[in-house]
Amino acid sequence: MQLTVNGDVHEVDAPDHWTLLEVLRYRLGLTGSKQGCDKGDCGACTVLVDGEPMISCLMLAREAEGRAVTTIEGLMPAHLAAGGSGADPVQDAFDKCGALQCGFCQSGTMLSARALLNKTPNPTEAEIRSALAGNLCRCTGYTQIFEAVLLAAVTARKENA
Amino acid sequence: MAARDIHGIDAPWGEFRHVGRKSRKVDGLAKATGAAVYTDDIVLPGMLHAKLLRSTQAHARILAIDVSRARQLPGVLGVITGQDLPAKYGIIPWTQDETALAVSKVRHVGEPVAAVAAVDEDTANAAIKLIRVEYEPLHAYIDPFESLGRHDPPIHEGHKAGNISKHVHLSFGEVDAALSGAEAVVEGDYFFHGTTHAPIEPHCAVARYGAEGVLTVWSSTQITHYVHRTLAHVLGLPAHRIRVIQPCLGGAFGGKSDPFSLEFVTAKLAMLTGRPVKLLYTREEVFYTHRGRHPMHMHYKTAAARDGRLTAVVAKIVIDGGAYSSFGLVTAYYAGQLLTGPYDFPAYRFDSTRVFTNKPACGPKRGHGSVQPRFAFEVQLDELAEKLHLDPIEIRRRNLIGSHATTVNGQRITSNGVAKCLDFVEKESGWASRRGRLGYGRGLGVAASMYISGTNYPIYPNPMPQAAVQLKVDRSGLVTVFSGANDIGQGSNSVAQYLVAEELGLALDQVRVVSADTDLCPVDLGAYSSRETFMVGNALIDACRKIRPMLVQAVATKWNVDASRVRFVDGVVVDLEDSSRTMSAAEAICLAEEKFDTLGATGAYNTPTLGGDYRGGTIGASPAYSFTAHAVEVSVDVETGRITCHNVWIAHDCGRALNPMLVAGQMEGSAYMGVAEALMENHDVHPSGLHKGPSLLDYRIPTSVDTPALHSLIVESLDPEGPYGAKEAGEGPLHPSIPAITNAVFDAVGIRLRHLPFTPGKVLEALRAPGRTAPVGEPVLAAGSR
Repeated sequence: MQLTVNGDVHEVDAPDHWTLLEVLRYRLGLTGSKQGCDKGDCGACTVLVDGEPMISCLMLAREAEGRAVTTIEGLMPAHLAAGGSGADPVQDAFDKCGALQCGFCQSGTMLSARALLNKTPNPTEAEIRSALAGNLCRCTGYTQIFEAVLLAAVTARKENA
Repeated sequence: MAARDIHGIDAPWGEFRHVGRKSRKVDGLAKATGAAVYTDDIVLPGMLHAKLLRSTQAHARILAIDVSRARQLPGVLGVITGQDLPAKYGIIPWTQDETALAVSKVRHVGEPVAAVAAVDEDTANAAIKLIRVEYEPLHAYIDPFESLGRHDPPIHEGHKAGNISKHVHLSFGEVDAALSGAEAVVEGDYFFHGTTHAPIEPHCAVARYGAEGVLTVWSSTQITHYVHRTLAHVLGLPAHRIRVIQPCLGGAFGGKSDPFSLEFVTAKLAMLTGRPVKLLYTREEVFYTHRGRHPMHMHYKTAAARDGRLTAVVAKIVIDGGAYSSFGLVTAYYAGQLLTGPYDFPAYRFDSTRVFTNKPACGPKRGHGSVQPRFAFEVQLDELAEKLHLDPIEIRRRNLIGSHATTVNGQRITSNGVAKCLDFVEKESGWASRRGRLGYGRGLGVAASMYISGTNYPIYPNPMPQAAVQLKVDRSGLVTVFSGANDIGQGSNSVAQYLVAEELGLALDQVRVVSADTDLCPVDLGAYSSRETFMVGNALIDACRKIRPMLVQAVATKWNVDASRVRFVDGVVVDLEDSSRTMSAAEAICLAEEKFDTLGATGAYNTPTLGGDYRGGTIGASPAYSFTAHAVEVSVDVETGRITCHNVWIAHDCGRALNPMLVAGQMEGSAYMGVAEALMENHDVHPSGLHKGPSLLDYRIPTSVDTPALHSLIVESLDPEGPYGAKEAGEGPLHPSIPAITNAVFDAVGIRLRHLPFTPGKVLEALRAPGRTAPVGEPVLAAGSR
């Protein structure tokens, strides 16, 4: 099958029943997407498919053919290519606010946050809570995640100004 | 304790440059960009995948295992059973009752029985299904009270105390006299259910056995050293031929403290096949692996004088241990030993009994052994306040033990900021004007607690250092810290960076940390008992204070000035009497290398001699204790019985906050986990031994929309023995959440919830109980933040 991931086109040979998560992790070596439950409960494997957050362990890899997949590894290169410096503002804010304790769930959470900010550059806390409701975090109690998304929104607005 | 173990609370160069700041973590951006490598991210050439066959029986003899069809499946390269790894192990040296795979019998559903290594996961899964096990079912013990009285059949043959895992009975002071003379006594039963850690990363291990005879195991463990020791024991290999590495870890909370089946199985299969082997647990397997919070059935009796001063506490606790000992010996002690602060009471007796049952084994979870008794006792304190017509905060204030005190069971308290914690939550929650005045259905509750900052009990008794680090300092201007400690997301590697940069006067990016690799790092006892900041921090300062004088002296000689004029600030060296004279720290290190040879130092820490002079008196003895108080605000929907927690004000005395952002993260994460244990989570098994919901859908941990507003209030009591005065922050702040909710529900609707979890059914039952006088069915205040 042919997959477009973070702008790169890959020819991938994998069993038909493999999920997008399995292909990303074990064929393409993009291990930033994590497997926490393998059944759609935790959201750690969230990636963007055509800009929408999707649970990649519930999606067959074949379903992603012809669509643009973005993983956590794709955010910083895209930010640099767009003229920014360093990591994506969402990634930088998660680091700056202490939102990355174990970090295992956060690639999914950051991609959900990125999708939110793409559509809603000035989110309220309620909108943030709602957008991240599919991404379980066991470390933080979410408070520093909310702070990080608000900070990322401010940073992105400054960058775009 | 050596002189090296106390370093004072002051900034090494006059004022702190890094300590106390909200600095970034050493691994934050690596985690943010997906570059951080966790165990399951490791792929080695030719790597096989292993799977476990797990027991379908709660308690049964294994009559036969037929693996012949699995062996014949194309793609299968190794199959092993309990006979291949028969050595018993266990984290506590005196209670080694586990094997990597079941030998002759199984003791809970989900216990590993056989393992397969194959070219891929699908083949390994197919092979597992071809293994036939013939069981002879035995009577399964699900109710812990049955295990108390019935020992035939035993869960562990040859165990002297039948199905009793550990019994502890300790008494301090004149308990009976105090009880008979008391003006007020409250007595009641309390139940704490089972809960589990649910880290988002499932357990994973990868093993490689080289032709030179060295075994390397990468494991998602929070205690590398014990995995190392136990691998040597079970595999019969000398420890020097084993290397254990903890990659980046995706959460643990105590659940990755024991050595687990997968570490031995991957190692054995790698040795048998000559190929690397990976085993990743499924989420369901993580639930059956468990080692979570022990269910406790608790009976408490608390006596007080008319003014609310406590005179005696008596506790009787039955602990449901599950099928194996794990840390259970310690649990049985902690259940009593850790209750003796922050309140002073002159008489105390506890009797705790941990029993075996045919369920996944319990173990240490955040606040090990002490969260459950704390729940019971803090609720009982509120009941006492009610009886004596005292404000719940006031009765706590009247009983505080204070700083530099000795508890009734002989524990030494040093710094203690709990009074300020109570002040904070009282003020921030608006307690004085809001408690009892929020209208029917909404209320405020309070609770306080104490927890250890490490323990002087090193699991296996030995006189060697409990924490140790090594520093490499070289002319590039980089200091590398080699630390055996386990960063499990709490930020211990980051704390190491802050402390070394502070001590040596460097910029943060001049310090990098290599940790939890037994080939590279000195032995440290790992991430448990909230020991790392305190113990590793002291070891780091010890090492730095061997290096610092050499750096200073080299510069002083070069400048021909007194050493007192040389100061390192953020990587720049200045002459205090001629600020135009400077050099870089890298230049200073070159001078020191020239003068003193290659630079390096070790540092270590051991606790002072602590604890009461009686059997078990050292268990729970800590070089310092943290203190916490919570106020919570809840509403109760009297139509549905649903409790909503709106606010948690978390005041925590962590000594000095080395990084307030990381401390707040621990406080918020702890409090959220406590609230969830009270209202949402329940780890339980059916009478058949099957888990009631081994998934993250059924075992409900809070999402972003379930989590209350968490308000962190840091209290810094500056401990005389902590590194710059620091104490723990990772476990203590969980404790008060749960009793504070019970106490808030009482304020809201007048019912006292003593049995966890607080489900809507229990709330409705209590609201409808005969004789209840509080109004039922009045309008409930709208939910939402105040």
